[in-house]
Order: sequence, then C-alpha cells, then structure tokens
Amino acid sequence: MILVWMIGILLVGGIACWLVAQRNTFVCRWIALIAVITAFLIPVGWYVQHQPVIVAGDNWLVHFQADWIPAFGISFHLAMDGLSFIMLLLTFLLGVLAVLCSWNEIREKTGFYFFNLLWTLAGIAGVFVAMDLFLFYFFWEVMLVPMYFLIAIWGDFNRRYAAYKFFIFTQTGGLLMLLSILALYFIHGQQSGGNYTFDYFALLNTTMVGATARWIMLGFLIAFVIKLPMVPLHNWLPDAHSEAPTAGSLILAGLLLKTGAYGIIRFVLPLFPQASFDVAWFAMLVGVVGIVYGALLAFAQTDLKRLIAYTSVSHMGFVLLGVFAFREIALQGVVMQLLTHGVSTGALFVLAGMLKERLHTRDINQMGGLWTAMPRMGGIAMVFVMASLGLPFLGSFIAEFLILMGAFPVSPVLTIIASGGLVLSALYSLRIVQKVFLGQAQTVGEPPRDLSAREWVIMASLTAAIIFLGLYPQPVLDMVRNVIGEMVVRR
Amino acid sequence: MTYQQYLALLPFIILATAAIVVILLIAFRQSHTVIQVTGFMMMCGVVLAMWYVRDTLPREIPPLFVVDGFAALFTGLIIFSVLVVGLLSYIYFEEREENPKEYYILLFLATLGAAVLTISRHFISLFIGLELLSVSLYALIAYLRNRNNAVEAGVKYLVLAALSSAFLLFGMALIYMETGSMEFSAIARAIDAAGMSVLFVMGIGLIVVAIGFKLALVPFHLWAADVYQGAPAPVTAFIATVSKIGVFAVLVRFAEAIHLETYPLAVTIFTVIAIACMIVGNILALMQQNVKRLLAYSSIAHFGYLLVAFLSGEAGVGAAVFYLLAYSITLLSAFGIITLLSTQRRDADDLSGYRGLFWRSPLMAAIFTVALLSLAGIPLTAGFPAKFFILTAGVQQNMWLLAIVLVLTSVIGLYYYLRIISTLFAAPPLTPVKERTLHPFFYFATYASLVVLMCLLAWIGVYPGFIVENVREFLLIH
Repeated sequence: MILVWMIGILLVGGIACWLVAQRNTFVCRWIALIAVITAFLIPVGWYVQHQPVIVAGDNWLVHFQADWIPAFGISFHLAMDGLSFIMLLLTFLLGVLAVLCSWNEIREKTGFYFFNLLWTLAGIAGVFVAMDLFLFYFFWEVMLVPMYFLIAIWGDFNRRYAAYKFFIFTQTGGLLMLLSILALYFIHGQQSGGNYTFDYFALLNTTMVGATARWIMLGFLIAFVIKLPMVPLHNWLPDAHSEAPTAGSLILAGLLLKTGAYGIIRFVLPLFPQASFDVAWFAMLVGVVGIVYGALLAFAQTDLKRLIAYTSVSHMGFVLLGVFAFREIALQGVVMQLLTHGVSTGALFVLAGMLKERLHTRDINQMGGLWTAMPRMGGIAMVFVMASLGLPFLGSFIAEFLILMGAFPVSPVLTIIASGGLVLSALYSLRIVQKVFLGQAQTVGEPPRDLSAREWVIMASLTAAIIFLGLYPQPVLDMVRNVIGEMVVRR
Repeated sequence: MTYQQYLALLPFIILATAAIVVILLIAFRQSHTVIQVTGFMMMCGVVLAMWYVRDTLPREIPPLFVVDGFAALFTGLIIFSVLVVGLLSYIYFEEREENPKEYYILLFLATLGAAVLTISRHFISLFIGLELLSVSLYALIAYLRNRNNAVEAGVKYLVLAALSSAFLLFGMALIYMETGSMEFSAIARAIDAAGMSVLFVMGIGLIVVAIGFKLALVPFHLWAADVYQGAPAPVTAFIATVSKIGVFAVLVRFAEAIHLETYPLAVTIFTVIAIACMIVGNILALMQQNVKRLLAYSSIAHFGYLLVAFLSGEAGVGAAVFYLLAYSITLLSAFGIITLLSTQRRDADDLSGYRGLFWRSPLMAAIFTVALLSLAGIPLTAGFPAKFFILTAGVQQNMWLLAIVLVLTSVIGLYYYLRIISTLFAAPPLTPVKERTLHPFFYFATYASLVVLMCLLAWIGVYPGFIVENVREFLLIH
C-alpha cells in the first residue's frame, strides 16, 4: 500500500499545486516540496521500520495488487524489491532537489510547472514499481508527457525542436515495446491455456522459440536503449538535456535515463534470457563505442550543458557493457553506476543551471576565472568533476571499477578499450574546471554571487551522497545482491 | 407488425418525430432557444426509449430492419454525438445566421438517416438511410450560404456523394442480379450455395467504392479536407462523427452477414485501403496550417486504424465500438473548442489563431490539449485504451503488417498533434483578441459540457474497464 501512497501523493500534490498557484505561488512551491519530501520519507520510513531488511528467500519486499481491467487480464500490480527500492530513493532524492532548484528559476506558470514536475516524478516512481506490463507501459508514457511540457514551455531558445525530438524518439520506442508486450501477452495466453494476463510474474514463465523471442526482445530492447541512450539512437539526448530547464535536465539525466537501464535489467534479461545472451556481444560492442564516442564529443562541445549531456552518453555506455556481460559483479557495478551517475551528472546539470542563472550563457568560452568570485561553487564543481572522471573515494569509481572487473573475463579487448574511455573522461572533465573556473576572468562588471543557502543545501546533499556511495557502497550492494543473483542464475 | 416490433422501433420513431416537431415549432414561430431545448429533450427521449426497450432486444422487423445490441450501441453513440453537436450549434448559429431554425430539421433528419443505417439489414433500408443522411448533409454543409468556402464544399460533397450513390446502386443491382435477394442474410446464403461469381465481386467492389467515399477512405478521400474546411464547425463535427459512425455500422453488419473475412481478395483490398489510409492521412496532415483540414486528414488516418479492428472480424467489433466512442468524444471536444473560438465572420481554423491560447484561456487550451493527446493515443486519455484494444485485436489475428504500420504511422501522427499543442503553449501574440460572449447561459452550458467531455476522456483513459464490459454485454444481444 505504501507504493500507492507514494505515487498518489505526488499526483494529488501536482494537482494541488496547479490549483493553488492561481492565488499564491509561494504556497504552491511549498506544497510541491512537502509532497516530494513526504514521498521520499515513505520508503525511508519503511526501511527504518524493517531494519534489518531481509532480502533472502522471496526478493519482493512490498506487494500491492488490485483489479484494473479484468476483461483483459490487466491488474494494478505494484511491487518493490531491492533494485526498485534503490531506484525509488534516487528518484525522490533528485525529486526534492529538482523542486528546490526550480524555486526561483521558474517565474511564469509556476503552478503548471510544478504539476508537470510532480507528475513526471510520479510516472518515474511508477515505472520502478509496476509489475504489470500494461501498467508499466502506462507509467512509461505518463512520465513522458509532463516532461515534454517541461521542455517545451520552460526550456531554452530551441525548446520546441528539442521537445519534439525527445517525445517522438521515446514514443517510437514505446510503441514498439507495446507491440512486443502484446505479442508476449498472446503467446503466454495460448501456452497457459487461455490465461491471458499482463502480469510480470506470470509472463516470466513463458517459453519461446529462438526467432520469436528475438523479435519480441528487440521491441523491448529498442525502447530501453533509446531511453538509455545507446549510441546510434542517442540523438535526442543532447538537445533535450541542453534545452530543458535545470530541474528538467536534472530529472532527464538523473532519472529518465535510468528507466531505460532499469527496463533492461528488469524485463529484457529475465523475460528473454537466451535471446538477450545472443545479442550480448553486439550490445557490449555498442556500449564501448558509446563510451569512446560520447567522451570524444563531450570534449568537443563548447555548450556546457551539451558537454555534460555527452558525458551521459559515455557513462551509459558502461551500463550497457556491464549489463550484457552477464556477470554478477558487473551487474552490481551497473546498479552503482545508475546511482552515482544520477547523483554526479545531476549535480553537474544543477551547477550548469546556476551558472546560467548568473551569467545568462551556456557557452564555456564566455566563462573563465570564476573561482575568484565563487570559490564555494568552484570547490563543489571540482568534487563532481572528479566523480565524473572516476576518482577513488567517490561513487563513480566503485561503479566503473566493478563493471570493468566484471566485463574483463567476458571480453578483454572491449574492456581495455572501455578503460581507455576513462582517460578520455579525465580530458573532458578537467576541461570543464579549466575553462569555467580557472583561467582568465572573462566577466566584466559585477562579479557573480556565490552559492546561496538554498543552493548550498542542494549541492551539499548531493556531495554527501556521492561521497557516501564512494566510501561505503555495501548497503546498496546488499540490497540488490539477490535480485541480481537470480538474474544471473536464470541465464 | 406486432406491438413488440413497434416498441423496438420506438427510439427511431421518436427521432423521426423530432424533425416534424421542429417543423411545427417553426410554423408556430417559436424562437431558436425553444427549438434548441425541445430538440435536446427529444434526443434525450431517444436515449430513454432505447434504455426502455433494451430488455426486449433483439427484435427483427423483416425484411428491412433488425434492432439488436449492436444497433443500440451505435445509435446510442450517434445520439450522444448529436446532443453535443446540437449544443455547439446553438452558440454557433445564433451569432451568425438570421435564420438558424431550419438547420435543426436537417440535423435531425441526417441523424435519422445515420440511425437507420445502424439497424438496416437490407439494401433498401441501407440506401434510404444513406440518402437521408447525404441529402441533409448537402444543405447542412452549405448552410452558411454567404461564405464562399461553404458553397464550394456543399457542391463538392453533392457531386461526389451523388456519384458514390450511383456506384452503390449499381453495385446493389449487380448483387441482386446474382443472388436474387437484397437481404444481407439471404445474400450470404446464396453465395454459400452458388459461390462467388465475377459479377458479384464487381458488385461488392462498387459498394466498397461508395462506402469508401462516405468514410473518406483513401483513395476516395479527396473531398474530405475541403468539406471539413468549408462546412460550419458543428456540421464538420457531425460529418466526422455521426455520419461516419452510421456508415461504419452498416459496413460492419454487412461484412458480418456475408463473412467478408473468409474471402482473401476482400481482406487484401481492405488491408491495402487501411494501410493507405494510415500512411496518406498522417502524411498529408503533417504540414497543414489549417486546423479543420488537419483534423480531416487525421480522421482519414483514424479510419485506417479502425479498419484494422474491422479486419479482425468478431473480436474487433468491441474494439471498434470502443474506438469510435473515444474518437467521437475526442473530436467533439476539439470541434467544441473550434466553435467557441470562431468569430462571426470566419471559423477559427487557422493554426496561428491558436498561438498562446494557454495563456489567454487555460481551460480551453487544456481541453484542446487533452483532445489532441487522446487523438495521438497517449495514456491517461481515452485514445490510449482505444488504440491499445485495436492493436490487441490486430496482434491477436496475427496481422503484424497492419499493426506495425499502425504503430509507425501513429508516430508520424504524434508530430502534428504536438505541433498544435506546442502552438497552444507558445508565447502569445502581442495583441490578444478579445471576443464577446453573447449568450451567457448557453455559453456556460457549452463550456460545462466540454469540461464534462474532457473528464470523460480522462475517466475512460484511466478506467476503461467499465465501458469494455458494457460494450461486451450489448454486443452479446443479437
């Protein structure tokens, strides 16, 4: 039931924001903040209550099931295991920060803005807990539409183009996935003698022959790798990320990309073990291409937000490499990577947003020497840039190390090339610091002010998170161990 | 005819009476408002009558009619659409036309024609219904005779509809020659016994041409955009919903009677038409700057989707009914917004007029946005389960080609719906157009009903189970 509450609070909070904002935008912001914090406290509270969490035996920690459209075997089935729990925590943490960092940035149509923000978060939370494939698709789309509005209304100069591209890319993948879901539904229905259902746990027992499984798997996989994004399909990402408002970029990079990875881990691998093993070499190859290509492009950008966007492409290449290595240790690294990338790239986008708010530009050639004016922001930026290039003690190091370690026995060559990507990541990361904070001061007139208290809270919590993940990742690994173990066994 | 048979026809009798009552009211010089309210009541009467006789269904009235659950569903859908169209007509015509009263006679006659189509099981009743519908539409389309576009559209529709009627008659004659009957079931028996001949196939082909004209299927869609654009907004809504629902109903009934799905040739033809509709409709809509034309092309595409359900045979009928329901609610709310925004001289059909509507009138923009998202088939709106059920029906019959074309073309479709939506949310023009509200009560009523339609869209989108169950129950009555 807590899962329903969590999503419900966000949905209701969104509507409340919209209604209240007509009168008072101040109250509206507070409603949004309180709604997200409450949603954040629900899983945290649950965790504290059930300490120590026993994830042995049945991996499923919380279940909720209700009828929805019984005529088609569709139920409102939510469930949470260790993986979902971790993703939910990330969702709400970034959700709170997203609300905070749009506190002053959004000046027009505040109510509608927070409505969209909360509904996107609700959709994402739903994706992480939906255990009915129809419901999953439903949430998958629910997070899409408000995100479209966030980009299209509050975005930057080229927002309409970016919003179209984002929506159409993801929708194409989504509809192909819908076809695959339907095919799976009918195949399962015929096999089980007329038990037509969209339930994840029932569909897990479907057996399919090679070609059928491959086609159906492809439908799912395309939807997820577009979201991830995998290299030839990453085209929407730089536009969407750079045009979105700060909170939008934060959610896109921190959460929406993770839904793609989550989808692969949750659906593609367990439902089609053999078929996904067959494409593994290809996926790993493309993943490595993504690592190198993303890093090179990131190095070439002059637009700060585009630069960070391309680093996401590079980091998500590691995810693809790790998932399709089919090794427990690599998969644990993938989960870590999802978390740390969410935190570190999110932080970088927030920083870019703050810089833009002060300097009114995203062009790094027009920045420089900002450390003198903003030492605190410079210090924080340093931390996250280091996280992005994989410095030990920070979370990303653990993640990438585990992935590379897991992938090495499977394909030494690819792993070596991927490690080369780490060197490239040092290049582009250091370039950020060098161009923006060091070097000749470019600004004329009033120097920009340093972090305010609100911004300080945002950055401090992200810093705490990334350092914690770097020093003590064990709780995360414990949470997902069984989930991942089962996945590797299935193959 | 027995009492029971009269009883089954009661809703249709009331519908026919409505037209006569309106004539009498005009003769007694009653006002527009009185006519409007009476018409509204009569339509409600039809629905009540349908509800009242529901338990006595199905009932055959040989040789022309059969009133069963299928007919009840489609008639209900038609009457529902007419109720909304009537409401929209009031504010639309009160502002523009010194003499809006005869409009309602035509409207109710056309409705009667569409309703007759849903219960016909004989070529004669089919033809009568279709002509009743078309002839009323000629006048309805050109009703605002001072506008150039209206007359052009009316004439265009007149010529093409008359031509298609000729095709229809010729097709019927050929089939009659081959089978010796004009009753659907008798025709089916005759072909079962004797097999198909060349003339019969030709007859079917000619009928398909005629039906294709009425439904604006590709390649018989050339009239659609011009007529949609030229006709007054409520009439366009009527053409897009009522007239197409009626024709589609009779098509389904005919196909079921003669088991069309067992003839590979017919299936191939309809598959090609469906694919052509989806592709052509969506591509032509891409670059339209005129909202009414855009909706015309999008409706061509939507009937392509609907043909996917049609081709899935029995299983698809439920999906088709659900789709039509979602589609009519959606289109009616979209046309409602167009009607509300139209000025005295011209309809609000230029896309640039919608720029920044969200900042001027958030509620209207919200309704329009929901309608467009529903047309695009996005979850939380009725369009999503509708499209989902159609895909389900298609995949169940292993029609992968159609399913994949449907998916890919709806991505194309998404683009132009998003284009309108992003126009709605774009920065507003500097000088906002201030319009005056003439009739506070009716204005309010229209507004309220549009909000209700929007809520319906959301409700069906989130909880389609209720509708699905009811449609199933109704379809079992036969």
